[in-house]
Amino acid sequence: MEKKQQLHRQVVMMRQSLFDQGYVDDQFVQLEELQDDTNPNFVEEIVTLYYRDSARLISSIEQALERSPLDFDKLDNLMHQFRGSSSSIGARKVKAECTQFGEHCVGGNGEGCMRSFQRMKREYSALRKKLEAYFQVARQAGPMDTASRSN
Amino acid sequence: MGIDAGMWKLAGSSSSSSTCRRFHASSLGGSSGEVKALVVDDSRINQMLHHKLLDNLGVENLVVCNGKEAVDIHVSGKQFDLILMDIDMPVMNGIEATRKLRDMGIRSVITGISSHTLDHVKQEFIAAGIDEYHEKPLTSAKLLSILNKIKHKD
Repeated sequence: MEKKQQLHRQVVMMRQSLFDQGYVDDQFVQLEELQDDTNPNFVEEIVTLYYRDSARLISSIEQALERSPLDFDKLDNLMHQFRGSSSSIGARKVKAECTQFGEHCVGGNGEGCMRSFQRMKREYSALRKKLEAYFQVARQAGPMDTASRSN
Repeated sequence: MGIDAGMWKLAGSSSSSSTCRRFHASSLGGSSGEVKALVVDDSRINQMLHHKLLDNLGVENLVVCNGKEAVDIHVSGKQFDLILMDIDMPVMNGIEATRKLRDMGIRSVITGISSHTLDHVKQEFIAAGIDEYHEKPLTSAKLLSILNKIKHKD
């Protein structure tokens, strides 16, 4: 029982750190509020879909960045999709980098796009690590009653 | 407006799109149960999100992957009180789908949902016939305000 409580405390701390360190925003809370007994893993399922979407989009953007000359419309379109899915799960820092990338596309700034893309990948990688660790502990801890959650 | 857990089942994959799955949620007596909604979005994440949002509010809803499927489902005779319409979709985008639905005489409330912030895109969407526009992501609060407007309209 004590181990369970310890795990629950760890989950609460890890969750809080996601917000405190700016990885996620209020949209993540929206996802959590949708989770219920009929869909107890809703948040993790949506985030897993996000990983899948992200892998595809990152690969497409990488390929597009290798072309010469750069097709800024295509790049903007791809990053717009990535921004959209990042926004849907509340991935705050990733979304910010996507916005920055979009601005470089509008300005026709290839170097800016490359730099922004590298930063976006780093943010995405950091977020994914954090979320994977969080969900792993959350699974071990099991369901929490709402009184144990804190915002 | 109560929030009831809905029961949903996979209604079978569409013959027009091998990767498109349809969700049909029926309320177990929720106060929004009379309202029927259609989610039109190619993003699997947003499909799940909007379906769950509606489901939790007891709104019977169906999900399709693009504008053409939205038009086809109306041609088949189905009707909806609310259509949540994305803009950027393959086959037929949300602007064209909205135009077609209005030309068909569909008077459902069509809410444009998009992450586009460009004014000219929003204006084009409005000109096509949406009733209102919301930036993604859709939240429970935004959806409740949309549903309240439909209820008062009735």
